[in-house]
Amino acid sequence: MMRFRFTQTAIDTIEARRELLDLGAGGYVSFEGWVRDHNEGQEVTRLEYEAFQELAVKEGERIVADALRRFPVKHALCIHRIGSLALSDMAVWVGVSSAHRGEAFDACRFIIDEVKHRVPIWKKEHYRSGDSGWVNCERCAAPPGHTHGHGHEHEHDHELEHHDEPAASHS
Amino acid sequence: MQLKIQYYALMREQAGRSEETLETSSATPADLYGELSTRYRFTLTREQLKVAVNAEFSDWSRRLTAGDAVVFIPPVAGG
Repeated sequence: MMRFRFTQTAIDTIEARRELLDLGAGGYVSFEGWVRDHNEGQEVTRLEYEAFQELAVKEGERIVADALRRFPVKHALCIHRIGSLALSDMAVWVGVSSAHRGEAFDACRFIIDEVKHRVPIWKKEHYRSGDSGWVNCERCAAPPGHTHGHGHEHEHDHELEHHDEPAASHS
Repeated sequence: MQLKIQYYALMREQAGRSEETLETSSATPADLYGELSTRYRFTLTREQLKVAVNAEFSDWSRRLTAGDAVVFIPPVAGG
């Protein structure tokens, strides 16, 4: 069963939610990630998502499996959209059903946090200014022709985001 | 030996292609990144990337073998 998958079209949350139904579940928690009109001081007009799907579905599946091991929940599912998205479009959906709400909230939070951190998905923001940029990639590197980047703050943010993981997560 | 390299996101734009088959003497992903950085002037340093070989995360020091598929993974931004 694919508990992490991609779609090129709008995420069907009604259909996705159906996969979580369980007679032993007392409820379900979901998270929707939406395309926002601003990021780091820039006005965003649209986004493009791209993934290394062959590895991303494996890593996504491992995250959902981790969540099911760590938290006593019934079912969990994550769907990520790729391609070109407009403002307010849903980029990602996570749903978790369980007997009690506490662990459903915890598992849902765990899944979205790990997905953002570990799964090879990239987003390119297009700005009102006409500029565009790959999130987390462009500001930490000096663009060709520049001798100086945009400061070291981003480098540090980035290292925390990208390297501070347990070694086990990629073994 | 021949390797297959696939490029995504910023790497794809900077390489100007989404994949290529490459004849190389680079023995490890680290060596290979050095070689390709020189060719394509990648702006990201190796420390900012991860690498996958045959669709699994890999060490930079792994010994590559003919036919391996290599992907350099820039900082991710899903969600």
